[in-house]
Amino acid sequence: MTWLGDHLGDILGLTVRHIYLAGVPLILGLFIALPLGWLARRHKGLYPILIIGTGLLYTIPSLALFIMLPFLLGTKILDPINVIIAMTIYTVALLVRTVADGLGSVPEEVNQSATAMGYKRVRRFMSVELPLAVPVISAGLRVAAVSNVSIVSVAALIGVEQLGSLFTDGFDRAFLEPIIVGVISCVLLALLFDGAILGLTRLATPWQRARESPS
Amino acid sequence: MINRIFAWLTDGAHWQGYDGIAARLIEHLGYSLSAVLVAALIAIPLGLYIGHTGHGRFLVVNLAGAARAIPSLGLLLLAVLWLGPRFNGDIAFLLPAGLVLVVLAIPPILSGAYAGVEGVDPDARDAAKGMGMGGRQVLRHVELPCALPLIMSGIRAGTMQVIATATIAAVVGLGGLGRFLIDGLAVRDTPQTASGAILVALLALTVDMVLAMVQRLIVSRGLTGRYKRVKTFDPDAGVTSPAPALEHVA
Repeated sequence: MTWLGDHLGDILGLTVRHIYLAGVPLILGLFIALPLGWLARRHKGLYPILIIGTGLLYTIPSLALFIMLPFLLGTKILDPINVIIAMTIYTVALLVRTVADGLGSVPEEVNQSATAMGYKRVRRFMSVELPLAVPVISAGLRVAAVSNVSIVSVAALIGVEQLGSLFTDGFDRAFLEPIIVGVISCVLLALLFDGAILGLTRLATPWQRARESPS
Repeated sequence: MINRIFAWLTDGAHWQGYDGIAARLIEHLGYSLSAVLVAALIAIPLGLYIGHTGHGRFLVVNLAGAARAIPSLGLLLLAVLWLGPRFNGDIAFLLPAGLVLVVLAIPPILSGAYAGVEGVDPDARDAAKGMGMGGRQVLRHVELPCALPLIMSGIRAGTMQVIATATIAAVVGLGGLGRFLIDGLAVRDTPQTASGAILVALLALTVDMVLAMVQRLIVSRGLTGRYKRVKTFDPDAGVTSPAPALEHVA
């Protein structure tokens, strides 16, 4: 395990880049999916269009998307922005349905009560519908986070450095240790993202904690 | 650049021969379909069994989540580097790569089959038992048909995963459309790389659409409600035809 000891600094650097490449799209994707999911929920005709449209985007294999984006956007192929945008597309594709279903899980009586109490549309959305939809949205966000961490590693093939670079380096030198360290780091990072979202969800849904411990 | 990609794609010479687009497309389909078939033969019976009996629920629920966290590129390179030297010739990369494709396709199909059976309306199950059906008959005539939509979404998710990973597998020497991407990147042949990416994306989209059509054909209309175009009254869902509600479940 001397390789691991000698390269801790490098691995840390790659991990930070990996967090950046997988984490930023998660936040961007959530902010894009919220209005889209709201639209899908509000206008019935848009629901199948948005769900099928985003579903089609999700079927595009990651390596193909990483390579096609520079041509569509005019960016350089090595620019990490391509990876950020590709991961944002995948996140949006996963979350639009989750947001729409989450908003759909809010009981209609609650919405009507809020309206009766004088909540206008935007305020009702921000302070009633969205908080109540958090558990469903968070479940989707956890799936997106874990798969983002895993998919980002493919970007090593187009030369964008992150933990996936350990796979290609190890393979090129027929050396198992970097690959094993890379796989374990990726899995740990996915668990970290998952745990962080779980923690934030608990903070954002105090009523669920109250329900768990009725003391 | 767009013109050069178009020129590359429409050049007849690029479509022929053992390393032409047509041959690579068939290879890609061949790897993907055989991996999904093997995975389905393992995962569907197992998922049905777990859903029907409830044994091993814990395993399935956690497996799907854990599998998502494992980076497919790392798993692939690890398998080839580790298992490869034990074999000679093409088997050295074909077998480990094929194994990884199957392993990656199992969790989504397994959880689809399990969730499908698990989600069957208990009333339907009771009614079947009340009609005198035994456990096997209930599984065969009630649970399996009712679980088909989720089994199919599992197969579709697994297939997409396999097509994407088979593309990456060109790195370890596998054929298929991934060759155009990996070789193109290696020699900086941009039109070839971009064309490969477009072809892979088109293949994935087409296969998913074909599977969606298969799903439409084999799922009972009693489940999708597609034969009754009557507008249902449901104050929460509003006035919609019930077709999209099926996808909703996944």
